Amino acid sequence: MRPDLWRSMPVVSKLAGTRNPLARRSFLRLGAALTGSLALGARPGNAETPQASPPSDAPWSQSIGAGVVDRPYGRPADAEAGVIRRNVPWLTAGTESSVSFSPLQDLHGIITPNGLFFERHHAGRPNVDPDRHRLMIHGLVERPLVLTMKDIVRFPSVSRIHFIECPANGGMEWRAAQMNSLQFNHGMISCAEWTGVRLSTLLEEVGVKKEAQWGMVEGADGAHMNRSLPLNKCLDDCLVVYAQNGEALRPEQGYPLRLLVPGWEGNVSIKWLRRIKLGDRPWYSREETSKYTDLMPDGTSRGFTWLIDAKSVITFPCPEKPLDRPGLYEIRGLAWSGNGKVRRVDVSADGGVNWQSARLHEPVLSKALTRFTLPWRWDGQPALLESRAIDETGYVQPTITQLRASRGSNSVYHNNSIQTWQVKPDGSVFHVQLS
Amino acid sequence: MFSSRKYSLLLCAGVMVAAGTIAPAAEPGYYGYGDKATPAQIAGWDIDVRGDDGAGLPPGKGTVHRGSEVYAEQCAVCHGTFGEGESRFPKLVGGQGTLGDDRPELTVGSYWPFAPTLWDYINRAMPMAAPHTLSADDVYALTAYILNLNDIVPNEFVADRDSLPKVKMPNRDSFIWTDPRPDTMARPCMSACADPADIKITSTAEGKDLTPRTTGPLDTMQPK
Repeated sequence: MRPDLWRSMPVVSKLAGTRNPLARRSFLRLGAALTGSLALGARPGNAETPQASPPSDAPWSQSIGAGVVDRPYGRPADAEAGVIRRNVPWLTAGTESSVSFSPLQDLHGIITPNGLFFERHHAGRPNVDPDRHRLMIHGLVERPLVLTMKDIVRFPSVSRIHFIECPANGGMEWRAAQMNSLQFNHGMISCAEWTGVRLSTLLEEVGVKKEAQWGMVEGADGAHMNRSLPLNKCLDDCLVVYAQNGEALRPEQGYPLRLLVPGWEGNVSIKWLRRIKLGDRPWYSREETSKYTDLMPDGTSRGFTWLIDAKSVITFPCPEKPLDRPGLYEIRGLAWSGNGKVRRVDVSADGGVNWQSARLHEPVLSKALTRFTLPWRWDGQPALLESRAIDETGYVQPTITQLRASRGSNSVYHNNSIQTWQVKPDGSVFHVQLS
Repeated sequence: MFSSRKYSLLLCAGVMVAAGTIAPAAEPGYYGYGDKATPAQIAGWDIDVRGDDGAGLPPGKGTVHRGSEVYAEQCAVCHGTFGEGESRFPKLVGGQGTLGDDRPELTVGSYWPFAPTLWDYINRAMPMAAPHTLSADDVYALTAYILNLNDIVPNEFVADRDSLPKVKMPNRDSFIWTDPRPDTMARPCMSACADPADIKITSTAEGKDLTPRTTGPLDTMQPK
């Protein structure tokens, strides 16, 4: 059905007759003006823009809107077109083995919309045919299996809300403050409700041999991306998931099937999962030897550093969302820990001299993003805003200085340091590091 | 902090045991979904090679010389003729002895701990545009060539399932494989935690031309 076919319906066309064409044109102009002003940062108030605020009635209030299934899947409002995943073009050789960042500055809850979930591909995003996709489970098992997607969906299902964070999130900031942006400093974290089958259910179904101590998980992408995982983690809380926030996984997140390893660095949550093999020792694959290992100042390296330690960040204000003028604001942020629930988040406005505990917002879930807020009256003076997460194990988020003292500045991964936002008297916000 | 982690691990183990006693694990085949994997199916997908001992390396072999030919055809466009890396593609050669430096150089020669891992990675992921299309012999040859470029094996080296696990990589013994974290001792002080006079901005992202724009269309800023 053509989108404008409804106009030929007798009643509607009569209604639309004189007023609607003009209103429609005005609306289009308004849309363009809105999009343009957001995109280019131009000031609103174009002379041609029809009045929409009181006392005037808005053009969209004096016309009929688009009908149902005008957008059968749906998409964000046109004015939100700039809220997108973004990459750092100079960071990688190409976009196929690269990363994109979630626009945390424009998100408002603990759930990342599926189209904005950060991406990390090692050989690009494959187009996997779900009918031909297979999961093979073999190695030290009693009965090796090949499962279709239909088989996998038939197993008992569970849904869990968990974050995934790339351990390189903040990796550009080990030496000094570099990226003046919330999105590019922290956007390699996202959180979703995942639905699938417990990995333990699948492993019980194939029968784990008693010599098995490790699992090797492998993707169907061109990288055949693979990692080793201790069997006890596989049996504890890992999921093999086919759905994300209520719909099938997005291709960027591993459609039709991915592993979800709660609380551990994102790269072990293998996307496009095609194979699980059990063995008695780890595999020492390229991704767990030459990459995703942490180089220390003495030249030694740490391997198998899977855990995401507690971390938090203030998402408002931030460089992308400065302050307008002095007055009362709500400081907003996100906290998370790979080791369980966030117990507390403290906020400082003076660079860590004095702290105040923020309010945590329900739901506070294990290994999931947790929202925190704190009312703050900004007096227009310079401020240094920080947040500090404490998780249920008692672990306290460190400063970058403390991390450097322990690990130097060449370890790339697992920078979970406190973020400092410098607020200037004009309300602008900059990423800084403190002594 | 260490003790609380250990405690939570113990607790985890306890919960698993408890869950096991309350709801016994289903017998293998309880659901009966799917098909038994045939030996032929397993053989086709069972591509992994274990890094430290080469378990899983297939028959076949390759010389340094043959490797130089395959490399020129398949690899040099990204990794450079001598492994120096084109554009931002990974450098494969050099950097030995720099890992403790201020600007360390991480390459196959300076960083990778296990030679069989190189075979495994080339086989599963390279060349980038056509992964897992090279013959086992060519993967052996490339492995030999890249090790030779790094002066780890001599010109006459022949890589095969017996020789590769015996190659001792320069950085082999520099890894610890147990996570020593938490390795910071941050404490949740609430007031007068530092002398305000000591709080100095040591670096700022302001004015650094590194950040792509975060509004409007995607930025296309070029490499610095």
